[in-house]
Amino acid sequence: MRGQSFLDRLKQQFGDGKIIGGNQEALDPWIEVSPPALVEVCTYLRDEPTLRFDMLQLISGVDYFEPDPKKAAKVSGQPHMELVYHLWSVPNRVSLVLKVMLPRWKNDVPGELPVVSTVSHIWRTADWHEREVFDLSGVRFVGHPGLRRILCPEDWVGHPLRKDYEMPLEYHGIRGK
Amino acid sequence: MSIAADDQRIIEFDVRTDEMLVNMGPQHPSTHGVLRLVLRTDGEIVSEVTPHIGYLHRCAEKIGENLTPRQWIPYTDRMDYLAGMNMNLGWALTVEKLLKYDMPAKGKHLRVIITELGRIASHLVGMGAYGLDLGTFSPFLYAFREREKILDLFEEACGARLTYSYITVGGATADLPPGWLQRCEKFLDELEPIIAEYHALLTTNAIFVRRTAGIGVMSAETAISYGCTGPVLRGSGVDQDLRRDGEERFTEMYDGYAFEIIVQKDGHYPQDHAYPRVPQQAILGDCWHRFYVRMLEVVQSMDLVRQGIDRYSRATGSWGEPVKLAEKLPKGEAYLETECPRGQMGFYIVSEGGSIPWRVRARSSSFCNLSVTHELCQGCLIADVPAIVGSLDVVMGEIDR
Repeated sequence: MRGQSFLDRLKQQFGDGKIIGGNQEALDPWIEVSPPALVEVCTYLRDEPTLRFDMLQLISGVDYFEPDPKKAAKVSGQPHMELVYHLWSVPNRVSLVLKVMLPRWKNDVPGELPVVSTVSHIWRTADWHEREVFDLSGVRFVGHPGLRRILCPEDWVGHPLRKDYEMPLEYHGIRGK
Repeated sequence: MSIAADDQRIIEFDVRTDEMLVNMGPQHPSTHGVLRLVLRTDGEIVSEVTPHIGYLHRCAEKIGENLTPRQWIPYTDRMDYLAGMNMNLGWALTVEKLLKYDMPAKGKHLRVIITELGRIASHLVGMGAYGLDLGTFSPFLYAFREREKILDLFEEACGARLTYSYITVGGATADLPPGWLQRCEKFLDELEPIIAEYHALLTTNAIFVRRTAGIGVMSAETAISYGCTGPVLRGSGVDQDLRRDGEERFTEMYDGYAFEIIVQKDGHYPQDHAYPRVPQQAILGDCWHRFYVRMLEVVQSMDLVRQGIDRYSRATGSWGEPVKLAEKLPKGEAYLETECPRGQMGFYIVSEGGSIPWRVRARSSSFCNLSVTHELCQGCLIADVPAIVGSLDVVMGEIDR
């Protein structure tokens, strides 16, 4: 789903504070949703008869942070964690990209994972995808039925796809790095 | 001897069942998958299934953030190692979308031929291994016999038999060798009568039908909600195939090709008159339907390969020149899904400029297809669990990445 008119329609539905903006010129046009409004917007997108985004394809966490101060200038914007939701409508055969911007750390306390509400009750597939994002990118999903690591072992330390992740030197007697 | 059959305690001991936790797997990595299922059982009845994954996790996404897109092509092979060609294509198209590079027509036909052959090869393993899951061994050997012939063709084209890295950003690594098309056509002619043999071995086999028909029934709503794709989705009667419905960059490869989506409509599959009809016991969305969709797709792909050969030999121009393509990625992001044998395989690339992507993400089809297991297995028998998991045709390398 693309175009300024669609964005305006969503803004009218929810008000400006919930649909923050987006980029309609990008290769895959995207819409930015404020974190507290995510569940409301997603429920609407799935249930509205003219939209019917009934399939969630992917949730990905993208960490915008450059640990190297020399290279940091090249990275766009302030350091933040981005969640990208790729939606697909089976009856209408159109896709939609939602983005949620989160702080890298909750309350700027390193180690406190950013939080966002779960959408696993809207699309069942989000259950595993959110576990994967939690495991690898370190985002906490509030209301998730069982937020455990999925690909890494349960006792793994850290979230490997964060840009400031450091490889462990040792894991259960296995030498790392 | 009167072993007190009327002794109440003995009778109670014989039929009493306890709730029990049973571990299924993980098996050896070289088998169909390193999947561990924890079953909560009561006698033979399974009340809860929890899949545990991650045994093959090789951090492909993390590696992708340290390599150029073309260097990452071999990693896509190792995700879905049974359909490496299709995985190469998905990633190559995603990067080409970001680069806004358009393939010449000849290269597109080459890709259609190669990936449809890859689909046949993958579905053959899916079919043979499914037979193995249900306790029959011969179809497994027969499926590999035909698969080997496809691998011979692939070996001739690119030198590898399992991990090809053949289709790459900007085209393919080489053109098809002389005489290859004729040999490919000869192979298709040989395969055609063998399909009937497979149907006789499995599809109409009374034991096979009883083990699969009516087992693990998944409704269309469940399939969509869990993000199931490919034959698993079409087996539930949802009319979706990205070769027709997908993004233009992918569907334009199939422009002008005549093909129908394999999905049941009004109780019939397209072109099923030559093949066994749906048995009485089968319910739409059960294991049998998922298997049957795969079998019909093999025939479909053979037809597509024939059309591709015809178009490729008539097309003029280049089959792609990967060397000339700039290595510098523009700033931006691209997401693209292709129809792989196991379902919709999506790749997501984020670039901040430079030659190395900022973020690489793979949406794997088996990951979503497997997540539905716990729903399908509720209340089934222990023996049905392999039948259900096998019908999803998962490849663990793709799930764990």
